[in-house]
Amino acid sequence: MTVKLDRRSFIKSAAATSAVATAASLFPGISFADWKKQTGSNGMITWKKAPCRFCGTGCGVLVGVSGDRAVAVKGDPKCSVNKGLCCVKGYHSVQALYGKDRLTRAQVRKNGKMVEVPVSEALDLIAAKMKETIKKHGKDSVAIYGSGQWTIPDGYVASKLFKGCIGTNNVEANARLCMASAVTGFLTSFGLDEPMGCYEDIENANVFVTWGNNMAEMHPVLFSRMLAARKRKKDVILIDFATRTTRTSQAADKSILFRPQTDLAVANAICHEIIRNNWVNWDFVNKHVSFHKGKTNIGYGLEDHFAFKDKAENMTFEEYKEFLREYTPEKVEKISGVPAKDIRYLASLYGDPKKKVTSFWCMGMNQHTRGTWINNLVYNIHLLVGKISTPGNSPFSLTGQPSACGTVREVGTLTHKLPHGVVMKEEARKMAAEIWDVPVSNIDPKPTYHTVEMFRALDRGDIRFMWIQVTNPMVTMPKLKRYRNGALKEDRFIVVSDVYPTPTTDVADVILPAAMWVEQEGMFGNSERRTQHFEQIVPPPGEAMSDTWQIIEVARRLGFEKQFPWGKDEYIGKIWEEYRRFHASPKHNMAPYEVLKKRSGVQWPFVNGRETRWRYNAKYDPAVSNGEEFHFYGKKDNRAWIWARPYEPAAESPDQEYNFWLNTGRVIEHWHTGSMTRRVPILHNAVPSSYVEINPEDAAELGVVNGEMVKIISRRGEIVMPASINGRGVPPRGMVFVPFFDEKYLINEVTLDAFCPISKQPDYKKCAVRLEKA
Amino acid sequence: MPILSYIAGPREGKKQELLEELNRLNYCEAFPADNVDILILVTDTPDKETEEALQKRLKHMKNMESLSMTFGYNDELYEGERNDSEA
Ligand code: SF4
Repeated sequence: MTVKLDRRSFIKSAAATSAVATAASLFPGISFADWKKQTGSNGMITWKKAPCRFCGTGCGVLVGVSGDRAVAVKGDPKCSVNKGLCCVKGYHSVQALYGKDRLTRAQVRKNGKMVEVPVSEALDLIAAKMKETIKKHGKDSVAIYGSGQWTIPDGYVASKLFKGCIGTNNVEANARLCMASAVTGFLTSFGLDEPMGCYEDIENANVFVTWGNNMAEMHPVLFSRMLAARKRKKDVILIDFATRTTRTSQAADKSILFRPQTDLAVANAICHEIIRNNWVNWDFVNKHVSFHKGKTNIGYGLEDHFAFKDKAENMTFEEYKEFLREYTPEKVEKISGVPAKDIRYLASLYGDPKKKVTSFWCMGMNQHTRGTWINNLVYNIHLLVGKISTPGNSPFSLTGQPSACGTVREVGTLTHKLPHGVVMKEEARKMAAEIWDVPVSNIDPKPTYHTVEMFRALDRGDIRFMWIQVTNPMVTMPKLKRYRNGALKEDRFIVVSDVYPTPTTDVADVILPAAMWVEQEGMFGNSERRTQHFEQIVPPPGEAMSDTWQIIEVARRLGFEKQFPWGKDEYIGKIWEEYRRFHASPKHNMAPYEVLKKRSGVQWPFVNGRETRWRYNAKYDPAVSNGEEFHFYGKKDNRAWIWARPYEPAAESPDQEYNFWLNTGRVIEHWHTGSMTRRVPILHNAVPSSYVEINPEDAAELGVVNGEMVKIISRRGEIVMPASINGRGVPPRGMVFVPFFDEKYLINEVTLDAFCPISKQPDYKKCAVRLEKA
Repeated sequence: MPILSYIAGPREGKKQELLEELNRLNYCEAFPADNVDILILVTDTPDKETEEALQKRLKHMKNMESLSMTFGYNDELYEGERNDSEA
């Protein structure tokens, strides 16, 4: 009877959730404080705080629990990120816990077939295989590949085990595919990672420029905040600067389209115009900026073992101005297709001292073979006019995953990183060795493989054992076929920890059932330096356990009990307090565990009980120590760096044979590869399968109507999928766009594994294809 | 035994009255948006006849300007699923 009541109550909550989600899409910024009162009145549902499971916005949610089942979600009105609002994914997120094919038992491949085994047997096998592989092929033959959806403790114990105990730098995460260029952009321009501003910039800006960033679908709650600010303040405008027309363009005051890759040229042209019109903020530039150039013609990383190291040289302002001479609006119009008057208009918005300007970007700029450069170039614009680190003046790099910042960037789960600093630096190794209680000689000073190269190493046989957690590379790797075939080769051993079967579990030798989201305690870190704790709210199904605990179990089997001593009821708090030691300084201090538990997120640096909202600004940032209004303390010269970075073409552009650009991305309803959201009926029914967006004129020439099948062919592979014409997004002529969430249509069979030589992040937005009516 | 949810728009100035009126009705639970003049209504009726009567009633409420459905669930359609979860 209770179950039945719970079931009914669950459906009623889902009904209310659905109405709230619909209302939120109709009325941006709408909130429902009384929802709690209403649903709580029957005494059956209790509400607990958590960050949303899905995107990097980091909305605070309240999860409604009835018995041991999560039954509803609503926005947390106390969370400053979303102030009670959620998007359609957030509202339906608890349903993703209860898909019928949830993985609940461990599986091991025996005679070619996956069979269920007790989880302890699977963990024994993993540890034995790791030992055997290390013995036979050396420590660098084992690897772990994690995720920006790892909790902070997940990533931390992975790094501690692999880098500290085993002594290999074979630690990477899928965030390499989504924000590595943002990191290298920050490091090269400011010397420290992550945005200087925070989401409150939205309420303070007069101008928003979205750089290749369809926020209406990818960061919908922030987009709603922007639209709400525009409605409230009247003097707010939104410019969408993109390669295709999207829902963001439709809501914008002006939509400007540019040809793929030419954002580099347009950014330089904006700086050219700022200087030509003398809109430079000289006081700011003279005190806080220095000018630099790096190498050019830097390649695309298409070959195995590709290596590149940039070299910074100082330059004067006059030399920088000379560099920009090539980028007049008229010349750039020819390259980019952006009318010179629009370039001037953009420059005038950035240049107007009365306007506060926030630039937003995400994958469009990061998944780019010159991703580091374009990040630098947008910072250049803000730095020239001094519009940075003050409320509303913000170059704001958004992130895609809920903890790409928290787990990958801050914990440093990349081959070259440690929780503080890089493996190449002795003091960073010493600090890690001391905190981890391992000999400093354990930590290898040489980085090994970034993500693409790691999968190449798996294919070549340099890596023989790979443990994949919370991610689905057999859908997301570019030029997928090579990497899938690599994983399937004889004498490769693949462990996959996940919550549902995916094309990645298909290549596994061991599958570990993982706890998902609020089935475990953990922390995420969002785009605005906010760490968000969540407690275990419901139990995981069957033998599923947290990814952190899986690693601890294996570490102990490998003999590292001393480094992983914690008990099951305390480990998250203990891990957090150990990890926090890495960041103990006014530049990065993290909040104590007890503080995190109480609040719906705390922004770092957290100093003397206070969060830092705008870094590098004396008014807000306790690390500013130069007595000036601003202090860019990340760089040795205490200045932010403007970089002369030229326009260089994409790795592969359309030609006579392959005459279309292929651009890939997401839709609002689905999270990444859809392994969770496709199990939520409402989300699945909204967009049940992927499609290829084609410009109506191109479609007419091909003789294809909406829904008809089209073959997309590249030099790597081909795929047949239905056409979408005049759907929610419309690409310009000569471009097609495909969402990657659907494993039925693996678009990455077609994409190219070219990457930014500095960040090593692949470009999923540009390669050449041709189309045929299927 | 359908469960339905709606966005209800009150006539100007009648949000509170409509909220109270809806919450007085059997099988109805309503709650307001804080900053927009709309209400969310969830209905849960035991059978087809009651549902039809309620629908009629809702249509004739004088403080209601608009009513649009956002979610529909009917036990009969989901019998298999329900049995699964009760098993
Ligand atoms: S915007 Fe992102 S974090 Fe917020 S509810 Fe939607 S998916 Fe979740």
